[in-house]
Amino acid sequence: MSAGTNNALQVKVWRGDADGAYESYEVPQQENQTVLDVVTYIQRHLDAALAYRFACRVGVCGSCAMTVNGRPRWTCRTHVSRVAQNGTLEIAPLQNLPVIRDLVTDMTPFFEKWQEARGRFVPGEGPRDTLAQVPPEQTERAAASAAIECINCGVCYSACDVVAWREDYLGPAALNRAWAAYNDVRDGDRTGVLKAVSAASGCNNCHTHQSCAEHCPVTLNPTFSIAGLKRATLKASLKGEL
Amino acid sequence: MTPRLYLLQRGTAFVMVPLVIVHLAVIMIAIQGGLTAEEILARTRGSVSWALFYGLFVLAASLHAGIGMQAISREWFGLGQRAAAISGHVFILLLLVLGLRAVVGVYGI
Repeated sequence: MSAGTNNALQVKVWRGDADGAYESYEVPQQENQTVLDVVTYIQRHLDAALAYRFACRVGVCGSCAMTVNGRPRWTCRTHVSRVAQNGTLEIAPLQNLPVIRDLVTDMTPFFEKWQEARGRFVPGEGPRDTLAQVPPEQTERAAASAAIECINCGVCYSACDVVAWREDYLGPAALNRAWAAYNDVRDGDRTGVLKAVSAASGCNNCHTHQSCAEHCPVTLNPTFSIAGLKRATLKASLKGEL
Repeated sequence: MTPRLYLLQRGTAFVMVPLVIVHLAVIMIAIQGGLTAEEILARTRGSVSWALFYGLFVLAASLHAGIGMQAISREWFGLGQRAAAISGHVFILLLLVLGLRAVVGVYGI
């Protein structure tokens, strides 16, 4: 690391599995230092056994999310100067997911729920004679565009109160993805999305706390998507389509 | 929560909006100058329209609160889906019995 200020950060990092504990480290403070830089410094210079996950370092891959001073964040784009409190950081794994070790969570339940919410494309029957025409100004296309840039980081899932309360709830990311899939007019079974998200564990459990929208690092609004699913499932239910 | 339960809970809330306004307005207007229990009962007994008004109120409130209780049981008390549903039904029944008993008592029908 290049030389910066001489101040040292006091960093507490979660070690072990769910029954683990915080360990304290002292990390040199730099200008323009991200939380991921801090974790990497600890792993490279202080404790090589520290387990954490990252890949792109530029806010694209969504793999470095952790709980920083109590809030879920993407650590590669979170500057220490913005989140440190009196020169201290407390870094823990994401909440609402099983902890494998240290800062690494098991994302399996998170992605299983994407499948459960039918957040994937289902093609229509047979080959098309022409390519689907989807004008950018189309209502469905605009709704899908607003929801589609999710980086799958799990921050919203970790921030959601309802996920914390009932573990079967599909959660904001999967439902946001389902809303994008539902608004894909090329999809061969859009009602199938509504059937999936209207299950007992589905979209109607959302309390509209908006923690997902508050914490989403790429400023998506899953609460808005879930509200759209609530309206769509209600209409479909009244028409007897579900 | 399924779309049907969601609709029922929002629908009963919608029904209760005018009922609550009338309920509160009547209380505030009628209580001016003081009212004894006897005077209240003298006005309410035999009134089919008020009995229907509060009968509907009790029904809507019971369903609304029962569905809410199911969610609370699931989310705060950690009950499973089936146990939470049972708790919701029991709560609906309890509120219906208590509420309708009050309606019968006050309106004497």
